[in-house]
Amino acid sequence: MVQPLLQVENLLVRFGGILALNHVSFAVAEGSITALIGPNGAGKTTVFNCLTGFYRAHEGRILLREGEGARDLVRELGGFWGGTHRVARAGIARTFQNIRLFADMSVLENLLVAQHRQLNRNLISGFLQLASFRKAEAEAIDFAHFWLKTVGLEGSANQLAGALSYGNQRRLEIARSMCTRPRLICLDEPAAGLNPKETDQLAELIRALRSEHKVTVLVIEHDMSLVMGISEHIIVLNYGQVIAAADPQAIQHDPKVLAAYLGSEDQA
Amino acid sequence: MDFYVLGQQLVNGLVLGATYGLVAVGYTMVYGIIGMINFAHGEIYMLSAYLTAIGVSVLSYWGFGSPWALIALTLLFAMAITSLYGVVIERLAYRPLRGSNRLAPLISAIGVSLILQNYVQLSQGARNQGVPTLIDGALRFGDQEHFFQITYMQVVIIVVAFISMLGLNLIVRYTTLGRACRAVQQDREMAQILGIHADRIIAAVFAMGAAMAAVAGVLITLNYGSFDFFVGFITGIKAFTAAVLGGIGSLPGAMLGGVLLGLAESLFSGFVNSDYKDVFAFGLLVAILIFRPSGLLGKPIVEKV
Repeated sequence: MVQPLLQVENLLVRFGGILALNHVSFAVAEGSITALIGPNGAGKTTVFNCLTGFYRAHEGRILLREGEGARDLVRELGGFWGGTHRVARAGIARTFQNIRLFADMSVLENLLVAQHRQLNRNLISGFLQLASFRKAEAEAIDFAHFWLKTVGLEGSANQLAGALSYGNQRRLEIARSMCTRPRLICLDEPAAGLNPKETDQLAELIRALRSEHKVTVLVIEHDMSLVMGISEHIIVLNYGQVIAAADPQAIQHDPKVLAAYLGSEDQA
Repeated sequence: MDFYVLGQQLVNGLVLGATYGLVAVGYTMVYGIIGMINFAHGEIYMLSAYLTAIGVSVLSYWGFGSPWALIALTLLFAMAITSLYGVVIERLAYRPLRGSNRLAPLISAIGVSLILQNYVQLSQGARNQGVPTLIDGALRFGDQEHFFQITYMQVVIIVVAFISMLGLNLIVRYTTLGRACRAVQQDREMAQILGIHADRIIAAVFAMGAAMAAVAGVLITLNYGSFDFFVGFITGIKAFTAAVLGGIGSLPGAMLGGVLLGLAESLFSGFVNSDYKDVFAFGLLVAILIFRPSGLLGKPIVEKV
């Protein structure tokens, strides 16, 4: 069996006396669309926050495959040289439940900021507009336009990001995440607040991310028809524990999942 | 109203205002990016006055005779050293307190300010120090009896200040570093997720702010010729007033606020009373805080939920 791209092992996070994540383990196969679902407060966003280094897990490992081996993100992001900025270098991108665009910057600038690592960061060469800087900048602008076109925003490049419609802001967030050139993109409720038509377009886009742009997608979502429609593997969290991990068909009929969402008859 | 007095006060005000603007930029950029008032910023200005004296004497000793070369090299020297001070102060006194309560870095800043004043007083002495005038002469407008003048040094101040501000604006608006600064200012966590090393960007902001204060410090020191270890205090507070007047957090606001404050102060001392010019300047601060707390170009603060 191929080693998965992301392997989360025994992740444990405490907030005071509460176990937000209680020995969570799951794997995300390379090139898959994997969904993380569960009732509110189950710990889905906490998993994402551990992935991006906002929280440091008290126990466990987050292994991201790298060539033959793997790197442990818990150690790497939490260590002395760590910090959230290293997550992009590791190849992980993330969007948020609430939109977090740089609202006072243009759409294009939002995408250029995401390519910070690729650009020559030398102030002097940037100021003097040296050839190497201009070349890197031109490439970054091309790449940004490529993604604007992919998400259907090519006409809005010079608008302020904050002036876009809600649906377009969501799409811009995905484009911006993709501009960091990730291997794994983590989408936190990308369909929240979208109308049915926009949700359909989003599903198309997420499928295209995987099939055309070769990234692995990990998505948290409450819209079950979207989740069932796009993902091939679903992980269900409840009270900080993984209660099921299977394909959509099996998940829909799993009694533990139904109990978590609807309440079991025993408790009633 | 005497036309020549008015002209003279406008020139003086513009010169004063340009330097206030340069110092104010440091307050506003730091406030914009980490939301603290860096009360040690005035001391950076004071340090640059001493660095001017050191630079000018060392360079003349090495045989740089041309005043233009002296000014240019002293500027670069002072900017480099003060940037270093800015970065080190941020690293030692503010970064360890990041994420703690808002008051902690403020108190730390006041501490740094006192440390720097006392350190300079101990190492350089408490007496007034001076530098020689490098550029003589003035442009005169008017006849023998009634005239106003703008000295060549004042021309240099206005030109250099203008170039520095233009340069800073270009950096912030068009370079990768500037873009990263604005991104960190708007949403530090998000910028980090996108791969920006926010701590490094914050350090760069401190360096840029300090370098701008050094430009002001060098120019004013070369103009007035005398300084002591306490000059940072009043200039710092005035520049802070300018930053608030323009709208703290706004770069063009700081520049505009500086020029307006300089003109207001200078016109007040020319036409009303020069003893009360500081009272007038700080009265202006109180008035702004009452009637327009977000400043001229600042945005009203919206609480993020």
